[in-house]
Amino acid sequence: MNNFKALVEWLKQALTDKEQFHLGYAAESSEFVRFNHAKVRQAGQVQQASLTLKLINDGRHADLGITLGGEPALDRQRLAAGLQQLRETLPLLPHDPYLLLNHNAWQSQNEQARPLPELGQVLEDISQAAHGVDLVGFYAAGPISRGFASSDGAFGWHQANSFNFDFSLFHANGEAVKASYAGNEWNSAEFARRFQQAREQLEFLGRPLHKLAPGEYRAYLAPAALEEIISIITWGGFSAQAIASKSSSLQRLYAGEQSLSTLVTVDEHISGSLSPAFSSEGYPCSDVTLINAGQGAGQLVNSRSAAEYGLSTNGASSDESPSALQMAAGSLAQADILKQLGTGLYISNLWYLNYSDLPAARLTGMTRFATFWVEDGEIKAPVSTMRFDDSVYSLLGSQLEALTAERELLLSASTYSQRNTASNLLPGALVKRLTLTL
Amino acid sequence: MFEHHATLKKHFSALRTTAEFFSLRYVRESGHYLSVRKNVAAPPHLNHDEGAMLTVRVNGVETYAATHDISLPGLQAALERAEQQARLIKPHALLDLREQRVSSDVADYLSPHLEQAFPSLSDCYQLLGAESAAVPRDERLVNWEVSLGLSHVEQIYLNSAGAELRQAQRFVFPGVNVTAYDGNDSQSRTLGGSNFGQQGGFDVIERFGLVGAAPRIADEALQLLLAPNTPQGPRDLLLMPDQMILQIHESIGHPLELDRILGDERNYAGTSFVKASDFGHLQYGSKLLNVTFDPDIPEQLASYGHDDDGTPASKQFLIREGLLLKPLGGALSQFRAGMSGVANSRASSWNRPPIDRMANLNIEAGDQNLAQLIGGIEHGILMSTNRSWSIDDARNKFQFGCEWGQLIENGELKGVVKNPNYRAISAQFWRKLSAVGDASTFQVLGTPNCGKGEPNQVIRVGHASPACVFSHVDVFGGDA
Repeated sequence: MNNFKALVEWLKQALTDKEQFHLGYAAESSEFVRFNHAKVRQAGQVQQASLTLKLINDGRHADLGITLGGEPALDRQRLAAGLQQLRETLPLLPHDPYLLLNHNAWQSQNEQARPLPELGQVLEDISQAAHGVDLVGFYAAGPISRGFASSDGAFGWHQANSFNFDFSLFHANGEAVKASYAGNEWNSAEFARRFQQAREQLEFLGRPLHKLAPGEYRAYLAPAALEEIISIITWGGFSAQAIASKSSSLQRLYAGEQSLSTLVTVDEHISGSLSPAFSSEGYPCSDVTLINAGQGAGQLVNSRSAAEYGLSTNGASSDESPSALQMAAGSLAQADILKQLGTGLYISNLWYLNYSDLPAARLTGMTRFATFWVEDGEIKAPVSTMRFDDSVYSLLGSQLEALTAERELLLSASTYSQRNTASNLLPGALVKRLTLTL
Repeated sequence: MFEHHATLKKHFSALRTTAEFFSLRYVRESGHYLSVRKNVAAPPHLNHDEGAMLTVRVNGVETYAATHDISLPGLQAALERAEQQARLIKPHALLDLREQRVSSDVADYLSPHLEQAFPSLSDCYQLLGAESAAVPRDERLVNWEVSLGLSHVEQIYLNSAGAELRQAQRFVFPGVNVTAYDGNDSQSRTLGGSNFGQQGGFDVIERFGLVGAAPRIADEALQLLLAPNTPQGPRDLLLMPDQMILQIHESIGHPLELDRILGDERNYAGTSFVKASDFGHLQYGSKLLNVTFDPDIPEQLASYGHDDDGTPASKQFLIREGLLLKPLGGALSQFRAGMSGVANSRASSWNRPPIDRMANLNIEAGDQNLAQLIGGIEHGILMSTNRSWSIDDARNKFQFGCEWGQLIENGELKGVVKNPNYRAISAQFWRKLSAVGDASTFQVLGTPNCGKGEPNQVIRVGHASPACVFSHVDVFGGDA
């Protein structure tokens, strides 16, 4: 944090009276280990730090991403060069009618520095647990920092240590079960317990495959499967700009033309999550109810959308996607899932979802990892990979029978460019009809 | 160009290690993304990124350390971290790479027209603004955007065996998108965006046809709004190049990646329906199918001289007359599998390690022009411009959707249809290839957005293809 503060102080004194700035900071020191056949396939470490500088002058503004060099004098030099580049750029630009600045000097600070496990210990635990099983997986660990400062005196800092071991166990027949162990305190016994649960599921996968014909089936979607549906909806689904420009898959929900089941209440709940409580645009993030008892409610509004559409910003990210989404729990007890499903599909995960018809919120995707055929409340056999094609208004609307009372906190394992801090807290969903097509 | 080369070489020669092999891959990337949405210029996003990845081999175990600190102490510290990790990993390592050969090549590779300056930021905005303003006034046109991405990438690879490989490339990504809405349905048309990018300079924008494109794209969006839904049922399917690239990517490219076949990606991107034993034996497609790894089309996105492990790249047939010949596997995967492959070990940047990636993966042109392709279809549909893609983790059962459809009856193009989707199984689909377009239908396209790997990496890949016809494919529309 001190390095970032020093850069902020330098920038403040370098500005002219007419200039304003936003300065974002992102850094991580990550240990990455990928496994194949229960051995280490590839391992390495990444240290990276970068700034995002926005310079504003007379209604014009531009953003510049700068990778830092890790040495204070060099970092100041790069920031100075970046400032100069933006000063030369701004006169080339028109005024931006959608520039909406936050002049509040808000302060936000969140630091968590629990010690991370030694890699040697982690490797030993994984090696022991995976004895005799075909494990494939990925371990990512280390500190992550995010910062924000503005010329108006706003300052946010978020720093957290975390690890995420995302893994699959493969049966010799090619079927697999997926699991993860993530958090900020590695507990060998807890890890062994999680691993054992996955091993037990793997045993079911050794049974002969139950071949399904395309058709309509009752189905239970475990939280990780429901997460795939929720994740694709978040591609613009809750975005104020996407809703206004008719590219949101939930535009009919927000127009009041469609509704979901009254069981469905969805919130963006940043407070207490693993994500920074401030946006890269300089606004503190608010908690927002996005869907209330099946009806479209709040939207995710960043400052640009707020200016363009006359809305109030709630500190949404530049792409107006959620980062700490929660779905309200239902009443279906964990122990009753198979019994209430009766005969149908138990789907642990879905994969590679996309839209068949976006305005109609009609989705397609695949089953993947531990999908079972259940008869009279008992798991009978694994099911071969199947494609579904169905509408959100059906799956989470007319055909939604129940949501589970227990919810699962699913931490993002995404590492595109940098380790992701997003999370979803979701129940499982029992649906009366899921349409399989291939 | 390559202004850090001398310093890096000096630093590299000063590094101290007990590793039997080590390398340094430095990447510097700068560029901008500009867009004008509904005649309002969005603020530009500029970027400067640089850093280096050190890779060491200690007792046959390779590990990497990537750092944003490219001073000599920074590089030395990274090298030591990698060495330390290699020793820690040793008892758990999957691979023993003591016998794997390394590159000692010395070469440079440059994008075409790199010496020509790119238009200034204000000229670019003027171009985008003029195209945005050319979208006609129609209350049904609710959103449109004209965009331009530009990226300069320099890479310098040095290793302890004497390799010295330098690449300087410039990538250009123009795009136009228009959305029309009638109070119930919305339909979009796109030119470029994630379907197009090339190496070069302003020539890329000229080839792309940005100037004058927006009114046509807007008109097509309005046509879709008025069009009926795509009818359901089997039809012969004519895919235009801007959908063929997605078809090639998902159902030839990914299943032929050797690291998937070796199981590395089973936890994330998935596996493959192709087995190592299929190469040389499997009839992947009809006799008309010829697929190449081709790094030699200068403007294509993934043309290069060497891959990121230092292996020289050359054109190779992966599938010839439908027969599967070679995987997309770089030097490491070839060493592991005992198979020949191609130079496709690639990293998205300095902070991610090279893995098997698609590069330029193309279908060779056939012998029929577009009129002949259409003329040969009795009951069919033309589809263009991908908008939806979904395929299973073994890259077999797929469902793809396009923006634009046109029915074909008795050898003639008929009316426009909206929401054209089709589904099939890769292992059977390519055997239904019944006609391949000639050079007049061939387009050099690509995407900046191919995701794979743990840690995740998104990389540019090139695909060039003629229009192609597939017989008797399951086609259907949407709900709207």
